[in-house]
Amino acid sequence: MRISIRVPTQLRTLTGGAGEVAVDGSTVGEALKALDAAHPGFAGRLFDDNGQLRRFVNVFLADEDVRFLDGLNTPVTDGQTLSIVPAVAGG
Amino acid sequence: MDFVTGLRCRECGRAYPAEALHVCDYCFGPLEVTYDYERIGATVTRERIASGPRTIWRYCDLLPVADANPVDLGAGFTPLVRADRLAAELGLGELWIKDDTANPTGSFKDRVVSVALTKARQLGFKVAACASTGNLANSVAAHAARAGMESVVLIPSDLETAKITMTTVYGGRVIAVEGNYDDVNRLCAELTSERPSWAFVNVNVRTYYAEGSKTLAFEVAEQLGWQAPDHVVVPVGSGSQLTKVAKGFDELGRVGLLDEAPSVRISGAQAEGCSPVATAFAEGTDAIRPVKPSTIAKSLAIGNPADGWYALDVIRKSGGSCASVTDDEILEGIRLLARTEGIFAETAGGVTIATLAKLAAQGVVRSDERVVAMVTGHGLKTVEALSGTAGPCATITPTLDAFDEAFARLEEYDSKGGPTTANPSVQVARSN
Repeated sequence: MRISIRVPTQLRTLTGGAGEVAVDGSTVGEALKALDAAHPGFAGRLFDDNGQLRRFVNVFLADEDVRFLDGLNTPVTDGQTLSIVPAVAGG
Repeated sequence: MDFVTGLRCRECGRAYPAEALHVCDYCFGPLEVTYDYERIGATVTRERIASGPRTIWRYCDLLPVADANPVDLGAGFTPLVRADRLAAELGLGELWIKDDTANPTGSFKDRVVSVALTKARQLGFKVAACASTGNLANSVAAHAARAGMESVVLIPSDLETAKITMTTVYGGRVIAVEGNYDDVNRLCAELTSERPSWAFVNVNVRTYYAEGSKTLAFEVAEQLGWQAPDHVVVPVGSGSQLTKVAKGFDELGRVGLLDEAPSVRISGAQAEGCSPVATAFAEGTDAIRPVKPSTIAKSLAIGNPADGWYALDVIRKSGGSCASVTDDEILEGIRLLARTEGIFAETAGGVTIATLAKLAAQGVVRSDERVVAMVTGHGLKTVEALSGTAGPCATITPTLDAFDEAFARLEEYDSKGGPTTANPSVQVARSN
């Protein structure tokens, strides 16, 4: 599956400034690992020591928080958009 | 001159300069303003504060931006009202209401927005923006108008009419988003990356914005004669206000403005239809599970609270509690506060009062404590919540006879144990 990942300002130093990156993968976790393979450094920023998403990292698949889906195991389909968004906002 | 030393990540401790940053580049943790408390302690005095304006800016030494001419509509220094009649109903002793309905746009948000836009202007921003459940929208639009800044306000499309109308009147752009607040918030968090020249007060300026809520604690202490209360009850949406109220009391102790070191129990109030913090508290876990909100308390309908972890931590360490109340209890809380103390609160205020009642009944809030309840928004903003349950108790023709007949029937109704408040079912002496 080819999907698009939107990258927030804080992580664009890893993508040479790009706000959107296309990667391949069949789940959210695989897509994020592919992102790290293409642009090394993402894994350390997104995941904690147990390989889970850090608590202040939100990931949305087609505008839905993956924590409401199947987390990193959530399957993705061709052409979907995955957004990485800092959790600290609002209120 | 301010006393800010910089920003620091609450998670990993990395230091950052005091710029338009809100999360740590490394771990995405929230950034917190740090101050030189020694220098503040050497400068600030009760007299210096008392000689300042009757607004939040009297506490400028403890705020993250110094400006002789802040973006100011007069937020803060709202009444702290002794609430003996409510206390008697709840079986409490010394109870006070911090009546933040008295702010310029009718909610505590004027505190945080005044700070945020003063800092945003200093940082060079020309556009004020936000994700809002309504109160913030009102306040950002109003303060931006005052400052001559453009405003772009994003709200969920199902907000109360008054909140939408009130936002639009100030002349900014209001964008209604089909989704809940968490959807709006996520959109704004993404927009900050695409529109870096806009100051989203609760996103990229959030570090400064949140500091404005400390003034609730400052005022309560000053209004109590520079004493901290024993217990405060604070509504919890994002959790930011609760954590900053705690920080405010702590700072007053640090800089020597209180006679005794503060020891304040802090309890959180949530609506049952959106209670991720209360649920985590009840379950004794650290994990806050996001929820899909469903409650009439729309200003607290944040299913994924940014400061939920920290609010929970403050509540537990302070020896407080966190409880939630149903929509019916919220409405009864609004009525109870109004009929005992003459203060008309929005639904979030109903959440605070109903939770206070619940915690008092449980013995968590005690009659030997000096208690302060934060009532943070005006009831006129959410009148829809009461529609169908509030109306005239009689509709009559303009004659003395009709009045006498209607009043007699109402007194008879009341003497039989009927409600003493408005009851639309008692429609008497209607003309044909």
